[in-house]
Amino acid sequence: MVPLSFYLLLAAALFCIGLFGALGRRNAIAILIGIELMLNAVNINLVAFWRYIVPANPQMALAGQIFALFVITLAAAEAAIGLALVIAIYRSRDTVNVEDVNLMKW
Amino acid sequence: MTTDLFLSNVGFFVMGLMALAGALIAVSQQNLLRAALGLILAFLGVAGIYFMLEAEFVGVVQILIYVGAISVLILFAVMLTRGLMRGAGSGHNSQWIGAAFVSLLLFLILSAVALFAHWNVTATKVTTDLVPKIGVDLLTTYLLPFEAISLLLLAALVGAIVIARE
Amino acid sequence: MDILNNLFPNLYDWLAGALHALLAGLNLVKDAENAIVATIMALVVVVVLLLWLVLMVLAMIWFERKTAARVQDRVGPNRVGPWGLLQPIADTIKMLIKEDIIPTNADRLVHTLAPIVTAAPAVLAFAVIPWGKGMFPVDLNIGLLWIVAIGSIGTIGIFMAGYGSNNKFSLLGGMRAVAQMVSYEVPQVLTIVVIALLAGSLSLNKIVDAQGGMGGFGWYILAFPVGPIAFVIYYISALAEVNRTPFDLPEGESEIVAGHHTEYSGLKWGMFYVGEYFNFFLVCCVAVTLFLGGWQGPILPPYVWFIVKVYALVLLGMWIRMTWPRFRVDHLMAFAWKVLVPIALVNIILASLFVTYALPALKQMGLF
Repeated sequence: MVPLSFYLLLAAALFCIGLFGALGRRNAIAILIGIELMLNAVNINLVAFWRYIVPANPQMALAGQIFALFVITLAAAEAAIGLALVIAIYRSRDTVNVEDVNLMKW
Repeated sequence: MTTDLFLSNVGFFVMGLMALAGALIAVSQQNLLRAALGLILAFLGVAGIYFMLEAEFVGVVQILIYVGAISVLILFAVMLTRGLMRGAGSGHNSQWIGAAFVSLLLFLILSAVALFAHWNVTATKVTTDLVPKIGVDLLTTYLLPFEAISLLLLAALVGAIVIARE
Repeated sequence: MDILNNLFPNLYDWLAGALHALLAGLNLVKDAENAIVATIMALVVVVVLLLWLVLMVLAMIWFERKTAARVQDRVGPNRVGPWGLLQPIADTIKMLIKEDIIPTNADRLVHTLAPIVTAAPAVLAFAVIPWGKGMFPVDLNIGLLWIVAIGSIGTIGIFMAGYGSNNKFSLLGGMRAVAQMVSYEVPQVLTIVVIALLAGSLSLNKIVDAQGGMGGFGWYILAFPVGPIAFVIYYISALAEVNRTPFDLPEGESEIVAGHHTEYSGLKWGMFYVGEYFNFFLVCCVAVTLFLGGWQGPILPPYVWFIVKVYALVLLGMWIRMTWPRFRVDHLMAFAWKVLVPIALVNIILASLFVTYALPALKQMGLF
């Protein structure tokens, strides 16, 4: 079997690539893409821990998978709202460049 | 090395490479449509990883929701805000060097934790059909988060329509 | 009769045995020998399935042209072979020798990948369908969800085609097609939930096995009132999913030139065309498996029953295509969201009541 640390390494790599995307990009939609990558990395961690470590409480035997399902659902809701906001900003300011939306900057 | 072991290693590396390649494309391309397509490749790779981890239900839900719905949403948003795709300059903002440094630092810390911590890996489970158990658990042990998520989805639905309306 | 019924599983076992005997002389380690035999058998199954699908698509192309002709009171192709049977082959040759044009200023990578991303998922989904007793390439315990999930990847390919052609008609047609396909996925999945409720499992094999009562006629379409409503909603949304008339606004010639495949020629257009037939065949196969009992049936061998039922549904789809005009785009969306989704939701409630109260009583009476 593939050791647990391989999966954790993969998840860490995906998370950091997503972090770079969320912090270093100009377009608002590109930032949202980075956030989705981070959420996927977290999900890999959850499911890997579910597979390799059995929890002490037998009622929580499927906690990893169910938590991952909730995270996927939340990501869908957050992507919908985020993209609706981006479209609304584009309509009123005609730009999606986050460096140009700086009315409240000091 | 048995067939099983060999195939699971091969599967992990192929899917992991697909996910990483897709992620790198998604954060480096200036053309947003290509970035979205790289993201779809990353999603498919992650779904493959779930299949390798024997969590098939989560894998299929990943494909259905992420590739089938969220990716289409992102592509529609890219189309509707199209003016910026042919812009000059790179896709990175003014602080990308700091972002790269922080990401690299975080990766080193997380990989140190992953490799050097002692995880209490228990013996491998016998995998029976877990889908009925997931259904029962969602409605008994995890009933409260389930109902809360339903409310949240309703709020997201109404909110997205109201915000994006003319 | 048993020989005919189990023809293909017996062939598979014979071939595996022959391969084992062939490799026994090399004195390999047990694991390596099993791995090699398993790989070769898997490749054989894949190749046979692909060839069978291509043959089915060629047959459907001929079938469509002949049916269209007869409905329109003419003869149809009859020159190329007896009854025009070689017409699809002539069409294929014509398609293969055409020039491959990529528009200037189009995104070459996206333009080239789009037909593949549209056609490949349809083929992937055929791996879980039970073609006969014991004739299923893979038995996933989430088979039903697999088909839905893989089907939803096709929308990405259409979007890529619409964008990558650098053509306003393509873009508009592509976005309309994606909006239509995403809208009609919702009633489709809601009716599939009804079948999962009735059968108690997501595995397609178990669903077909659960329809074996009443001497092979215990089909879910006969489970009044839930079954027929679910079948009608599923068939309508499936026709809309594969962009067939009356839902083919994204690609109707009189509407938007040819929508997302305007700028495609030669083999790439062929992939779109064949992909559409693959999708239609897949949807009919899934409808047969879920509602019409799969390969269940008396007397005839199971795989013959399956093909007969699938072609009955294919004929129904073509008949609908030949007789009804197409929907306008806002009528399309309104129909999905305002009519089909509420009926499907009420159907789920009825199905839950049916399973809790009526099904045990029906099982005791020996039906289902």
